[in-house]
Amino acid sequence: MQNALSGAAIVELENVSVTYPHGVTALTSISLQLNRGEFAVVLGMSGAGKSTLLRTINYLRPPTQGTVIADGLGDLSNPQILRSHRQRTGMIFQQHQLIERHSALQNVLMGRLAYHSFWRSLLPLPQIDQRIALDCLERVGLIDKALTPVNVLSGGQKQRVGIARALAQKPQLMLADEPIASLDPASAHKIMTLLQTICQADGIAALLSLHQIEFAREYCDRIIGLAHGQIIFDGPPAALESHHLAEIYTDQTIVM
Amino acid sequence: MPTPHQPSQPSSFNRILQQYQRRWHQQLVRSLLLLSLILTSFVVVELLNIERIATGIPATFKLLNEMWPPDFSRFPQWLAPIFDTLAMSIAGTAIAIGLSLPLCLLAASNTTPHPIAFYIARAVLNITRAIPELILGMVLVAAVGFGKLPGTLALGLHSVGMVGKFFAEAIELSDQAPVEAARSVGATTPQVIVHSILPQVFPRMADVTFYRWEYNFRASMVLGAVGAGGIGLEIISALRILQYQQVSALLLVVLIMVTLVDGLSNYLRKDFVK
Repeated sequence: MQNALSGAAIVELENVSVTYPHGVTALTSISLQLNRGEFAVVLGMSGAGKSTLLRTINYLRPPTQGTVIADGLGDLSNPQILRSHRQRTGMIFQQHQLIERHSALQNVLMGRLAYHSFWRSLLPLPQIDQRIALDCLERVGLIDKALTPVNVLSGGQKQRVGIARALAQKPQLMLADEPIASLDPASAHKIMTLLQTICQADGIAALLSLHQIEFAREYCDRIIGLAHGQIIFDGPPAALESHHLAEIYTDQTIVM
Repeated sequence: MPTPHQPSQPSSFNRILQQYQRRWHQQLVRSLLLLSLILTSFVVVELLNIERIATGIPATFKLLNEMWPPDFSRFPQWLAPIFDTLAMSIAGTAIAIGLSLPLCLLAASNTTPHPIAFYIARAVLNITRAIPELILGMVLVAAVGFGKLPGTLALGLHSVGMVGKFFAEAIELSDQAPVEAARSVGATTPQVIVHSILPQVFPRMADVTFYRWEYNFRASMVLGAVGAGGIGLEIISALRILQYQQVSALLLVVLIMVTLVDGLSNYLRKDFVK
């Protein structure tokens, strides 16, 4: 196939740079390949460009330079290709990004939108989609909250609704932007285990952004260290040494 | 080797789906009821009376024809009334803001000193909103005589109802977290209101104020009809003596003025709120 990427890659970034309108450069010439089935983490301090990198991968933040290629689809700058790519790419957000007054089920059903036309989506989605949504809620352990409005759920529960929504897309790739940053350690471990189990069982590639090294070491099989918009480490957790960490966690923007 | 997930379809799914569907049906019934209410209103006001609409359309075109071309010959005489209308809208809005600021604190459930004050303030807001400015204008013309003064007072008093209500609602919707923070540093209740609630609701208040100014500018023209001065009086006079070409010229002047006021209020709002 013409658009197929080499090997196991599912998405590839080539020399991607992102500069915001007010002049801040968030990413500088990033080249990166995400592979099928891997559970990877972007590690970095806040402001290092983690969120921008994740958002570039599904074009929520289109790169100012460079290209993002999806395996079997092509360059994401094409709107049709982008829609197909987003359909198979689930995203989980730090602040959940749920509609608070809607029930968990309604929120999860949003994950099925790309499978239907605009007019069809004005009516309740078919039974099959509703069952997929319920199945996803069951997998995250929230089946008994299906009809509960999201605003009464706890932070950890909301995040699980967010995971169920991403899962309802039947994704091949899962992007998670700081999925545990606003959770207590117990809930954080629960969410990480859940993500890991689901991605392994369904063969979903995952890219998470985290700022806690312990979580990255414990759960992930690939670490991408990001500092000042550049990749300074890319490899298995075992290869990550203290000088890499020092570089990741040294904030040169603060002048004492 | 991880085991692939097997979708389970237990009976609990059916129960949830039934309930979900029932909710959707309820919503559908509500929407249909609303739609039938709207259709009934259309019938009542004869919007669906084809015959009337059919005869009305040519008559409208005839009238429009008589309005063309606009006659600007009296333009110099309109300058003073335009200025009056502008002054009325500004003074009226200022009166409304002045009265609304104390009233909204009484009428917001989270800042009111006492439930009785709350209900009285709400009642005052409802009453001023319930009396149309046109009626208020007629009453005030009878009380203080013709001119700009009754018009301005009518605008100010009627505006209190809407401005005060919106201010109070903004206060009620303000975030409680900074209020808690202000309390925790030992601020008194008035200090909490001024330093924690007002900064949050200020942009919303500015929005409402400038929107109301714009509204009052338009409303002050209608008030001209009951003898409250301004450009509205000119329009009504021209209509009475069937000078439709002057009416269209006046309407164009008004259109330009409304556009200017709209632009100016947008500019000021941005400038204020930043």
